[in-house]
Amino acid sequence: MIAFQSVYKIYNSHSTALEDINFKVAPGEFLSLVGRSGAGKSTIIKLLIGEERPTRGRIFFGQYEVNKLRDSELPAFRRHIGIVFQDFRLLVAKNAYENVAFALEVGGRPSREIKELVPQVLDMVGLGDKMKNFPHELSGGEKQRVAIARAMVHRPEVIIADEPTGNLDPFHASEIVDLLKRINQLGTTVLLATHDKDIINTIGKRVVTLDRGRIVRDEENGKYILV
Amino acid sequence: MFTVFSRIINYGFVNFWRNGWPSAATVAIMTVALLVFIGLIFFNVIMTQAVASIQDKIDISVYFKTNTPEDEILNIKQSIESLSEVKSVEYVSSDRALQIFKEAHKDDPTISQAVNELQTNPLLASLNIKAKRPDQYASIAQYLQAPNLTQYIESLSYAKNQVVIDRLTNIIENVNRGGLVLTIVMALIAGLVVFNTIRLAIYSNRDEIGIMRAVGASNALVRGPYMVEGVIAGVLSGILALIIAGPTVYTVSPYFSNFVPGLNIFRYFTGHLMTLLGYQILFGIGIGVFSSFVAVRRYLRN
Repeated sequence: MIAFQSVYKIYNSHSTALEDINFKVAPGEFLSLVGRSGAGKSTIIKLLIGEERPTRGRIFFGQYEVNKLRDSELPAFRRHIGIVFQDFRLLVAKNAYENVAFALEVGGRPSREIKELVPQVLDMVGLGDKMKNFPHELSGGEKQRVAIARAMVHRPEVIIADEPTGNLDPFHASEIVDLLKRINQLGTTVLLATHDKDIINTIGKRVVTLDRGRIVRDEENGKYILV
Repeated sequence: MFTVFSRIINYGFVNFWRNGWPSAATVAIMTVALLVFIGLIFFNVIMTQAVASIQDKIDISVYFKTNTPEDEILNIKQSIESLSEVKSVEYVSSDRALQIFKEAHKDDPTISQAVNELQTNPLLASLNIKAKRPDQYASIAQYLQAPNLTQYIESLSYAKNQVVIDRLTNIIENVNRGGLVLTIVMALIAGLVVFNTIRLAIYSNRDEIGIMRAVGASNALVRGPYMVEGVIAGVLSGILALIIAGPTVYTVSPYFSNFVPGLNIFRYFTGHLMTLLGYQILFGIGIGVFSSFVAVRRYLRN
């Protein structure tokens, strides 16, 4: 469902972010992208959601060829994906309920459906009692759970999480990873980028290791091995 | 389609309310700008009125020889009235002229006495002619110098007043031109200030715009609420500006009435209240929506 074919991203002659990236992700898979900071994890995600374009190579997502999408086609494309960021990226002027509802509203879903779905999903991430709270009234772990609720509420085919635990303590981090695993069990493909060794080693799923812009290891049931 | 539209409007109102301070600052700046506009409108009204009242004081008088029969004078009056440049012609008979003269000098016993001692009326019958525009007096004067008329005419005031009339014409033209330039410059400054205020408000929201895009919001859904906020700010500041302007105009109105007789700007204000409100709101909405539209566009790329 996701495929990178000989993808290069070169910013300038001194800085090559990605070199010859090839991998595929099957539907329902849980894939971890690991590597040190600057290894190219975030670049892969930016390319995948169309935030940046590859210098060379092709990127497929379902029926879309992402590297060929026009700016005007991006919003509709992004509604097939749920994205979770390290810095949460919640809308500060909206409360938890509205942040989650927004992901449905952008897709033009009817209000009745939104009123029904949003509380369910917030319940699922354990925030049923904090729906009216604004982001500044929530802890880091809670914010990230709102972000996950927002990413999954429209039932995307893939959830992409870019260092979702980077700003959290180990306890809340494992909470978030458990949530992602549960979402994956329900059939959603999950792509997790992280440099947190402990997390990778507890997941026990496919791991793609990046180093200096290249894929150096791609193993089922992988571990984080320092290179 | 309708759902998207109603959501955009709803977001606009909610954001405007929750953004509290930035919204209030925008409304305040726009109110000041709109007050500048009201000021400019009144400046133009006052100037037009002042110029009109000066123009009203300019006229030329034709004095007729004592032996001219009244019928002939009335004939001439009619022929002058038929000229396209002429606004009005007033006939002052010699009796009427004397009456006016006496009235004007009734407090001066020497003059009243002197006039009463005269056997005949020394004053001449005259026609007071007003042109539609001050620069038309020259051609009217020329018409009056035609040979068939000169036989009745004793004197013409135009020759005496020509310099003054020309100078006034000049001043009036300059005031009109200066007023227009001032209006344009002030309007431009006020518009730019508002534009930049809104741009700053949206600049501080650029992360939010990025998040909305990442979640998959279409451009219309990102941009719409900001434009709705622009409309709200426009309407509010239009109303606010008029609320501030009302008492102000009421207070200063008497001073302008002294300066330009016959001018009552407060009456003008109340008489044109709806038109003014309409212009204010229209301008407020216009600049609010335009500024939001342009400011958001920068952040809508990828």
